[in-house]
Amino acid sequence: MQQILFFFIRNKNFLLFCVLFLVSIGLTIQSHSYHKNKFITSANFLSGGLYSFKSDFTGYFNLRSENNQLIEENIRMREELEFFKKNSFLTELDSSSTLSKYYYTPARVINNSFSKTKNKITIDEGSKKSIELDMGVITSKGIVGIINNTSKNYATIQSILNTNSQINAKLKSTDHFGSLVWNTNDPNIVQLEEIPRLAPLVIGDTIVTGGRSTIFPEGILIGTIKDFKLLADESSYTLNIKLFNDMTNLSHVYIIQNKEREEIKLVEEGETDAE
Amino acid sequence: MQNKDILINILRFIILILLQVFILNNINFLGFINPYLYIFFILIFPFNGNKALLIFLSFLLGLCIDFFGDSGGIHAAASVFIAYIRPAFLKFSFGVSYEHDSIKLGKSDFIKRFIYIALMVIIHHVILFSLEIFNTDHILLILKSTLFSSIFSIVLLVTTMSLFSRKS
Repeated sequence: MQQILFFFIRNKNFLLFCVLFLVSIGLTIQSHSYHKNKFITSANFLSGGLYSFKSDFTGYFNLRSENNQLIEENIRMREELEFFKKNSFLTELDSSSTLSKYYYTPARVINNSFSKTKNKITIDEGSKKSIELDMGVITSKGIVGIINNTSKNYATIQSILNTNSQINAKLKSTDHFGSLVWNTNDPNIVQLEEIPRLAPLVIGDTIVTGGRSTIFPEGILIGTIKDFKLLADESSYTLNIKLFNDMTNLSHVYIIQNKEREEIKLVEEGETDAE
Repeated sequence: MQNKDILINILRFIILILLQVFILNNINFLGFINPYLYIFFILIFPFNGNKALLIFLSFLLGLCIDFFGDSGGIHAAASVFIAYIRPAFLKFSFGVSYEHDSIKLGKSDFIKRFIYIALMVIIHHVILFSLEIFNTDHILLILKSTLFSSIFSIVLLVTTMSLFSRKS
């Protein structure tokens, strides 16, 4: 017994080191799987509070570019509105049928990373505004990522600049589908994989979201084709996409809530139960 | 440790975290290079201080950086490791009697000090980036990030250390 006690006392530094090192490795492994990172997240009271305190000050620096972006968005929406007014002969009086099935919640980015391989963004809205896991996040220019952690007042987003991220996207002109990933080289370039060989590709074509999931509605802007190459087995193309968004300079984002998500999920779950 | 020493170390702990999280993590020189100055705390922790305490404080320090950076436990792991290995590196750089002589880091030989800092920084960064990227396909990226960030960190740490030693 005494021997064992002496052993522990003699090696207490080594044992302490082992325990703490294993704990941190455990936390690291957990953080590499999506949705599992519950403990170490900046969506907590302390770091979230400090980050929003910081962005209260730094937010002033890009007010001008922020305003320009909002004006651009307003103009674009005004034009679209005029277009719809001209083209709709049947004016809908029943307002409930014209409402979109998506809600948009605005939020402010309080911390943004883009230099790592698994980048996360922290925003200042959380479950209080009924923000939940797996909701899509966009700006006026294009997609940003998917919510992967929430607390009462804050939430973190898994950015599209994250090697775990995989988003369904398509060519706007021909509806060929592929999945959007990131190869960590450049924060303004992402890759679209598994585009079939038959697809007619033109440099500069627009890429939009595919709408095959409940996260993003169809047709949210992503970017334009920068270049493309055929895989070695000649089965499919991999495209380099230049993003519309400047991911290094985000300040305001919108969170998309799909009203019919619960229903779709229920139907899909029912299906697997029946099998 | 004296009361004054304890207070100085607590203050240093907090200031280094805030500095790292709000300023140094946002430098992104050439897109991906950031210095990690917070290990300054581990480097200049009193040489004759309690080793178990240092290991535990390093864990806390790393964990705080991880909280802000959403990075799991990578900083905690790297910090704990260099805190545990520190006595060996001290012995290697300053000789066997470092503990009894109670050398002041600021007054020691520049070359010895440089070797000590460089060893600690490189080990820390290798563990940090291996855990962050966590993929053998990207081994080149790990080496590249380690090399450039290490240079940046070493320069910053050597400068900081000479600044503080001149004052005392």
